Amino acid sequence: MSEYIIKNGKVYDPKTGIKGDVADVCIKDGKIADKVSSKAKVIDAKGKTVMAGAVDIHAHVAGPKVNEGRNYRPEDKLFTYKPTGKNTRMSGGFSIPTTFKTGYEYARMGYTTVMEAAMPPLYARHVHEEIKDTPIIDEGALPVFGNNWFVFEYLKNNEMDNVCAYIAWLLKTTKGYGIKIVNPGGSEAWGWGENCTTVDDPVPYFDITPAEIVKGLLTANEQLGLPHSIHIHSNNLGNPGNYETTLATLKIAEGVKAKNKFGREQVLHHTHVQFHSYGGDSWVNFESKAKEVAEYFNKNKNMTMDLGCVTLDETTTMTADGPFEHHLTSLNHLKWANVDVELETSSGIVPYVYDPNIKVCAIQWAIGLELGLYAKDPLRTFITTDHPNAGPFTRYPRVIKWLMSDKSRQEMLKGFKHSEKVIAATNLASLDRELSMFEIVQMTRAGPAKALGLENVFGGLAPGMDADVVVYNLNEDKIKNPEEIETAFSAADCVFKSGTMVVENREVISNGNKRTLWVDAKVPENKQVERDVQMKFLKFYSMTINNYEVSNHYVPNPYVIEVDSN
Amino acid sequence: MSKTVTDVICPFCGTLCDDLVVVTDDEGKKILSVENACAIGAEKFLHSSDHSHRVTRPRKLQEDGSFKEITYEEAIEYTAQMLVNAKKPSMYGWSSTNCESQSVGHEIAELCGALVDNTAAVCHGTTLVAVQNVGIPSCTLGEVKNRADRIIFWGSNPAHGHPRHMSRYSIFPRGYFTGKGQKQRKIIVVDPRCTDTSSLADVHLQVEQGYDYELLQALRAAVRGQELTGDIIAGVPKEKVYEAAEMLKSGRFGVIFFGMGVTQSLGKDHNIDAAIMLTKDLNDYTKFSIIAMRGHYNVTGSGQVLGWQFGFPYSVDLSRGFARYNPGETGTIEVLKRKEIDAMFVLGSDPGAHFPMQCVKEISKLPSVAIDPHITPTTSICKVHVPVAFVGVEVGGNCYRMDNVPIESRKVVEPPEGMLTDQQFLEGVLKRVRELKAN
Amino acid sequence: MDIVKLTLTKVPDLYLEAENVTPDHFAGKTAQQIGELHVHLGNQTAKISDYFSVEGKGGETAADTKIVIAGPTDKVKYIGMKMTAGEIEVQGNTDMYTAAWMAGGKIHVKGNVDSFCAIGMTGGEFIVDGNAKNYLAASYRGDWRGMQGGKVTVKGNAGSDTATFMIGGTIDIGGNVDVHLGTHAEGGKIIIRGNAKGRVGGQMVKGDIFVLGQVERMMPSYILKGEEEVELDGKKQMFQVWIGDMGERHAKRKGEVIYGKIYVPTGAGETAAPAIHTEKRKKLTDKQIEHLKEAFKDQEPTVQQVRTYIYDTFDVDMKPMQVSRLIDGIKR
Ligand code: SF4
Ligand SMILES: [Zn+2]
Repeated sequence: MSEYIIKNGKVYDPKTGIKGDVADVCIKDGKIADKVSSKAKVIDAKGKTVMAGAVDIHAHVAGPKVNEGRNYRPEDKLFTYKPTGKNTRMSGGFSIPTTFKTGYEYARMGYTTVMEAAMPPLYARHVHEEIKDTPIIDEGALPVFGNNWFVFEYLKNNEMDNVCAYIAWLLKTTKGYGIKIVNPGGSEAWGWGENCTTVDDPVPYFDITPAEIVKGLLTANEQLGLPHSIHIHSNNLGNPGNYETTLATLKIAEGVKAKNKFGREQVLHHTHVQFHSYGGDSWVNFESKAKEVAEYFNKNKNMTMDLGCVTLDETTTMTADGPFEHHLTSLNHLKWANVDVELETSSGIVPYVYDPNIKVCAIQWAIGLELGLYAKDPLRTFITTDHPNAGPFTRYPRVIKWLMSDKSRQEMLKGFKHSEKVIAATNLASLDRELSMFEIVQMTRAGPAKALGLENVFGGLAPGMDADVVVYNLNEDKIKNPEEIETAFSAADCVFKSGTMVVENREVISNGNKRTLWVDAKVPENKQVERDVQMKFLKFYSMTINNYEVSNHYVPNPYVIEVDSN
Repeated sequence: MSKTVTDVICPFCGTLCDDLVVVTDDEGKKILSVENACAIGAEKFLHSSDHSHRVTRPRKLQEDGSFKEITYEEAIEYTAQMLVNAKKPSMYGWSSTNCESQSVGHEIAELCGALVDNTAAVCHGTTLVAVQNVGIPSCTLGEVKNRADRIIFWGSNPAHGHPRHMSRYSIFPRGYFTGKGQKQRKIIVVDPRCTDTSSLADVHLQVEQGYDYELLQALRAAVRGQELTGDIIAGVPKEKVYEAAEMLKSGRFGVIFFGMGVTQSLGKDHNIDAAIMLTKDLNDYTKFSIIAMRGHYNVTGSGQVLGWQFGFPYSVDLSRGFARYNPGETGTIEVLKRKEIDAMFVLGSDPGAHFPMQCVKEISKLPSVAIDPHITPTTSICKVHVPVAFVGVEVGGNCYRMDNVPIESRKVVEPPEGMLTDQQFLEGVLKRVRELKAN
Repeated sequence: MDIVKLTLTKVPDLYLEAENVTPDHFAGKTAQQIGELHVHLGNQTAKISDYFSVEGKGGETAADTKIVIAGPTDKVKYIGMKMTAGEIEVQGNTDMYTAAWMAGGKIHVKGNVDSFCAIGMTGGEFIVDGNAKNYLAASYRGDWRGMQGGKVTVKGNAGSDTATFMIGGTIDIGGNVDVHLGTHAEGGKIIIRGNAKGRVGGQMVKGDIFVLGQVERMMPSYILKGEEEVELDGKKQMFQVWIGDMGERHAKRKGEVIYGKIYVPTGAGETAAPAIHTEKRKKLTDKQIEHLKEAFKDQEPTVQQVRTYIYDTFDVDMKPMQVSRLIDGIKR
């Protein structure tokens, strides 16, 4: 394999503690190295910024609802297409790009690892087919557990070993990465057109509450010692006043210690917190509670969050929170797709136009940024747009610009139609914090990698780590105009994925050698769970048990993380 | 001695039953019996296993109308040359093959600037258009089995087209919340004619042929408690419309299954649009879903693969190096009628049997290749016929059920000696196209 | 205003895509530069000058540029796509997407146009002296924003699915329209001077449709609200007003529910309710069957041969299954 040396760049790397010093980065055999031979190809990065490839902890990029989103929104593709290139497939779509575009655009922005945020187990094979067709980036997928009948029944009977055995079995069967929880209990209630909007709303017919589901799965996660913590989208998303539900959910994890051998310190990751930090009791007095929520996170160091920043675009919302999407379509009357999945989950899709001229949208925009600015620990606060829910991932550079530049935020605030009302309902106008380049690197590289239990593999530049390296044409000390930040982060000068140059001069030059990450947790043999699974498939599933497993050839280049929970 | 393969997937209809048991001879060459399948499904397995009627090598149409055997290499060469030299080739079919083959086909189409279209063009394409207009609240078939107490078959006769649908998912099964099976369910059939399915119905609305749209909109108004104009609505007495609306609202979980009776009758996508909106409206009162009764076993898969690769579910035009979509323009029937294409490649479908004659004649005038295990009306008008192994019988691969659930089909017997699979043939063509394009 | 004259000199063997033929692209260019612009035929790229002779030059801006197109342009798509200003005059017919996503200026086609013309239009004026096919001034697939502004005038007839998802602007059709007019409309004004084939205003949320001829079978989800005097073409006339679509959601304004409205002149013949003509019967007469027997005497024709023969000789499009049954019947 080729060797490279990236010379004289300003290097940012929380892993090794380099904060913008001029240094060289060496790549050899796909890994970061101490040194390289004289044959190494030299990349001159003088005056430029060098950092590890970014890790996206939460995006909806592959699977049934993403694809339904593509197929039912031809208008999302209009005039967006980039033709077939020398080494690239044609690629198009704005809020829900094709798999090729997904891989290429992430790579161009310097992202090299992405977690698909919600995999319905029954559709796992579909998720992996798409992942296989997404070039360059390494990907894993989080199966949803928060509305699963097996989980409900074991938890209700307090059978923790059985929960663990079932989780291990499902991760292996679906080639999944960790435990995702979406609207615990509420998505099952949606099977009857109902919902659970607080952590104590009982799930119809299952005699269990969201709080019990979260607590149980959290305990199981630590008992198994999985690389990632539970990854939760709590109840009551998107509703005024929901920050109380959010805090009630977070409380469940208070004081619990992480148990694993991957260097992970948190026991709960709360995703797209922007959607969960709302005050008021109607859209009229709707307001930001970002401060309250962020302060809670600041105090509780065993939790992480991602922002879910609204980017003020026309986009497509999609979530395993079925009742939420139904609620949304009744507000905006746009086309609604829904899929309830037997014994496992629900899901829905609705296009949404975040119009800066609408007060609520502008407040949502402010809340996402406030969370990023109030958070004291960038290693526990990650930048996302909950792609494509609050905006497409291709807007990350814009979000980074807003977080790094008070000027750019103030200009936005001033430009809104309901500027005064927005300023009154939020705290953003008074927040003049500007995140540093190092903090951005913590939020997009080291932090998410650590939360996923991958801190020794991705998100850093220590020798022996995967050689995912990015060079941006930007110098933190010489930024005159905030637009330079967005431009630089939109397309890197060059990007290496596992030591292969995949982007050169802002363009994709190679389809890389993507891998699929999944977690193989070993648990003691459990006959009861085996029997229960057999029985439920016979009686309630529409597929036979022997056709459920995702066979290995759907994961042609796997990166398996083994966990011994025996 | 014999061998038994369990959990076999039936590669026939969109029901995609996955519980078949196939017994083969010891060498895995001949199928001796098929259990659990309906008559149509079993026939598909047994028929394929009878090699006497099969062509096992490619054939080329001669001047005199006869076919002459050629090698697979020659067939690959002809296909690649045809596609590379065309200004706007069409690659149609893709519904009776696996997703792996579809994917290779798409790459060829991308390189050659072709149109890619599947059989939705003649069945549920209108459904896809409706979904693009108004979305689709839906669920998996297991949800229906476990929860549904209101089942509507609209313009669909599963007893005929999807024989095991009623027993596996919709009318008879006992699920988690439906322990009493059929007794717990009310069945409504909407069909101008009396069918095997309507004889099982609690209510049969005999809609006037071609007026489904009016009836659906009237039902929607009735659900909202609005007045209706006229005493007979689209062939159905007004009171019956209100009664039906009440029956739908009073259930706890309802499902509408619809078929070609509405997707291809007057109004087409508008009928489905209104049916979807009725479903959506009903979610304000109870829980309701709607599912298309897709025909070919993997037409759904074709839409999925096209979706993630190009963003559109059928009728995709790649001719300009980027993907465009607009049924009415880019659909295969339209481009044949309007003479917009100059070469035709068919795989996994039989347009010769299902397209209007005007299109069939146009195909017979064009350079053309048909890939199909059988001899069909299409293979007999194409210049080259390439026989291949049966997907789901002689080779596995991924397929998508009518509710978009992916199921990997299984290989149960060997194909006749020396025969290629769809995927192998396409990979040969892709390789050759790349070579030709490089020059 | 500068004029560019394009004359089609070579009829394309397939169809030509000419989205570059707009005042926006021609402005500031000489005849030669205009000739260099691309047109597309399938996967091939050609120059405008390969298919057209170019005379004159573009004006300084799009607004100062007029394009006159002559010759048999029946197979040219996308003329005037996305144009924002200036003028296009087409002396013959054009194909699909003429004036698609048009935002300003004026296009006048003296012949007929095909489907999808003026889709997604936001402004400007589009005039057709002949007929338009389907999806005139509709939205692009999946888009809930159809025609938003501007004016479309067709002197002849229009096809089905006219004005789907219309939210603004005016459409004036001199002749008849086919089924599904103004589906899902949420605004705008449509005038049909001839007859409307049925399913008028299906799923309409808001908007006005005038049908001065007859509406074939009003939707059952429309209710006759009464009579109203409305000004049209500068004179006041009495109309029957139907409101609906009652199956659809409707917003309230000042406590009053806003419906879609269909206006039919008072006294215009009762809305007729003919049965929808079912497809051509696909059956042969006894005489034709005799003819067939004679033609294939002593032969073993394939189904496809017979199907083709039937189609060519009797203009009947039979399904292969029917044909094979027919052959069996004849044999017996
Ligand atoms: S119902 Fe369909 S899939 Fe099931 S066995 Fe019959 S033909 Fe095969
Ligand atoms: Zn999410």
